[in-house]
Amino acid sequence: MKRWLGLYAVAFFAFLHLPLLTLAFFSFNSSRFTKWEHFSLEWYRAIFRDPQILEGTWNSVIIALWATVLSTVIGTLCAYGLWKRNSRTLTGALYLSLVTPEIVSGIALLALFQWAFRWLHWQLGLYTVVLAHIAFCIAYVVIVVSARLRTLSPALEEAAMDLGATPWQAFWYVTLPALAPGILAAALLALTVSFDDYVITSMVAGVDSETLPMVIYAMARRGASPVINAISAIVTLVFGVLILISERVRER
Amino acid sequence: MAELRSSASAHAAQVLRYYFYYSMAPILELRKLVKHFPGQQAVREISLVIPRGSFFSLLGPSGCGKTTTLRLIAGFEQPTSGDVLLNGEIVNQRQPYERNVSTVFQNYALFPHLTARANVEFGLKRHRATEIDRRVREALELVGLTGKETRRPAQLSGGERQRVALARSLVLQPDVLLLDEPLAALDPKLRKQMRLELKAMQRRAGVTFLLVTHDQQEALSMSDGLAVMNEGRIEQVGSPEDVYLRPRSRFVAGFLGAVNWIGGAGIRPESVRLLAPGDVAPDRHVRGIVTGSVFLGDCVQVLVRLHSGEDTVAQLPRRAALFQPGDPVQLTWSAADEMTFP
Amino acid sequence: MKLRTWFLLPAWLSLVLLFAVPFAIVLAYSFLTRGVYGGIELPWTAESYRRLFDPLYLAILWRSFAMALAATALCLLLAFPAALFISRAARHKNLYLQLVMLPFWTSFLVRTYAWIFLLRDTGLFNTALQALGITHGPLPLLYNDGAVLLGLVYGYLPFMVLPIYATLERLDPALVEAAADLGARPMTTVWRIVVPLSRPGIVAGSVLVFIPCLGAYLTPDLLGGGRTVLVGNLVQNQFTTARDWPFGAAVSIALMALVTLVLVVFLRRESEPLA
Repeated sequence: MKRWLGLYAVAFFAFLHLPLLTLAFFSFNSSRFTKWEHFSLEWYRAIFRDPQILEGTWNSVIIALWATVLSTVIGTLCAYGLWKRNSRTLTGALYLSLVTPEIVSGIALLALFQWAFRWLHWQLGLYTVVLAHIAFCIAYVVIVVSARLRTLSPALEEAAMDLGATPWQAFWYVTLPALAPGILAAALLALTVSFDDYVITSMVAGVDSETLPMVIYAMARRGASPVINAISAIVTLVFGVLILISERVRER
Repeated sequence: MAELRSSASAHAAQVLRYYFYYSMAPILELRKLVKHFPGQQAVREISLVIPRGSFFSLLGPSGCGKTTTLRLIAGFEQPTSGDVLLNGEIVNQRQPYERNVSTVFQNYALFPHLTARANVEFGLKRHRATEIDRRVREALELVGLTGKETRRPAQLSGGERQRVALARSLVLQPDVLLLDEPLAALDPKLRKQMRLELKAMQRRAGVTFLLVTHDQQEALSMSDGLAVMNEGRIEQVGSPEDVYLRPRSRFVAGFLGAVNWIGGAGIRPESVRLLAPGDVAPDRHVRGIVTGSVFLGDCVQVLVRLHSGEDTVAQLPRRAALFQPGDPVQLTWSAADEMTFP
Repeated sequence: MKLRTWFLLPAWLSLVLLFAVPFAIVLAYSFLTRGVYGGIELPWTAESYRRLFDPLYLAILWRSFAMALAATALCLLLAFPAALFISRAARHKNLYLQLVMLPFWTSFLVRTYAWIFLLRDTGLFNTALQALGITHGPLPLLYNDGAVLLGLVYGYLPFMVLPIYATLERLDPALVEAAADLGARPMTTVWRIVVPLSRPGIVAGSVLVFIPCLGAYLTPDLLGGGRTVLVGNLVQNQFTTARDWPFGAAVSIALMALVTLVLVVFLRRESEPLA
């Protein structure tokens, strides 16, 4: 039995990882097709020659940074507030936001912005994407930070107040430093979730605010291209590194 | 003549000051204090005065309300009714950070991301005190931790962590230092040593200590006075001798040590002597059969079943215990050692 | 205490503004009428909901449900032995878990694209099959329901592994040993003891997979090639090409209702033993 399980596990992990590895492998193929010609960095060079890809990446980075910072702050404060006393409504709403299909969140936010623009005469742009990303990142941050909070003893804050700290000082000087690894892990998670988002972003992005996933999608719709392989390889590498760092930080 | 008169008036002034000091309000007073939780009456009305500068203990089994009382004094809970008075002032509504009491938590609650020194400085910084360095140094000397202040809690032993917790609280010169089962987390050998050290620390610091424990040996060995609690009420307040030798209820008698209940009176095992059946008993006596003995190293406990049916224990010095199971024997004790209750 | 209220305020504001209000708007739209140039007009009507019951749209709803069910079932079948393997591994458990989660935490778009790359006419599978002489022309592996199913399973498999693993970890190993002691062969033990006892994990994993699959948009869009229209595609379509916002809103509400129904049913069933 154990042998079969072991064999199965190998096949399982192969199934999970080979598609991505193959993608990366063929990104170094000089041919457009899946017959290996010779090693080439042609497609990687093509990335840097394409202004659309570069602009999309830049937009994605800006959006991700803003969304991460804001959602991490909001989410951390929220997790702390819930740790002190739970609010079933708020927790329920957060879980609902996680469970809502992305397409539904996307059109709902689009409807919100269109309706608001009737009075404000604004347009869709980077900021609408940032707002949309904050909406779904908060729940992720709350989950990660809450998990970290559960490992803290409430006696620590009591001790701080006993020694003369006000509730805010107890949070700032005692809980927050103890929470730091969890907050960092949550931020990295929010960063990757925001950077990778396509569905919601495509609904609320303006004409000038194309993100990298939108560029990739457009290219993928037209059919496969080795340039996408190259972008995919880079994106996977960067995400993988970020997530590994996040896991290391969380274990501290 | 003039010098004599001035020194007399100086002396009089000193006497007046001491008189005033002792007639001042007690450092801590609990007045008809009650605390109810949903579905539980943790503290059912206790009134207590803690003498200034004393080492006082709250002793009782788990669930008797002693920890809740401590938290009421510290400010982590608000009383359902009744008052907590510090230095004569009612402090019920004051937050923990507004009261001049400090707590040493059961697991010390040291801040893990700060060094020992930073832990001790913490309260001083929140109060924006002056001369922080000097006061920290003195506190560390008081608890015997000089040289280890740059270590983090994770790098300290259990006993060292306790000293940090003590220093952290004592450096603020609180009116009362509250200790929640401070020796529970230490291993037994260290516990005995720390009892003496805590007592010495209290004397040196001159701070009123209020200790909460379920261990009667701890309470007896360290306290100047103690209050025995049961089910949310105080059963007896007094000195260790009072409470041990002259308990006012069966519960107190039983909680402070072992008791032989013979015919409605209680006699401590160490107050019992064993005689052969033929010997003349000086005072009280009953007859029984030895059922066994337990060797405890420094003494022996001989188990005797009385003819009247009760199982009793006699605690005797090693040399005096020469009885075998099955031997008929007489238990004797002095009437003065009897504990009776209405 | 008041500090806690302040701390919760930003989250409340964000959720109200970016979640509650948009949904209220969508709900309102679902009861309005499509404007001439696309857009929203009065009067109030339940027409959009009536259109939902058109056999064409009911078929889409049904196919989405069936697709999600199939994906969940496949994920369960594939994930269970993997979770079993990890829970029985003597060492490196965390490593295996990270290996399972790692693909999930990289880009979803990239992982979906990987299957386009592999399944297309000039993709790896077809090239390999032709090179081995098994087929002579390219097989239409991509742009059909099967590809979508594959993409969904590949995308959400880790969601099934973790909850099952968590339940298996809590399983008392003595139970397995007792079964063996009483004469059960390994497969029997797994089937009769381990699987039933891991029900909470199975249910949790199934819910975690079923719900995103139900509302899937990207996978059917990229891997289905426009031929596979599921609920998610329908919604997106109504809000862009067809410009029929009221109907799109009604479909969205119906989808949300289905999702909430699944959650409520399964979470209540699982909390009963706790009560």
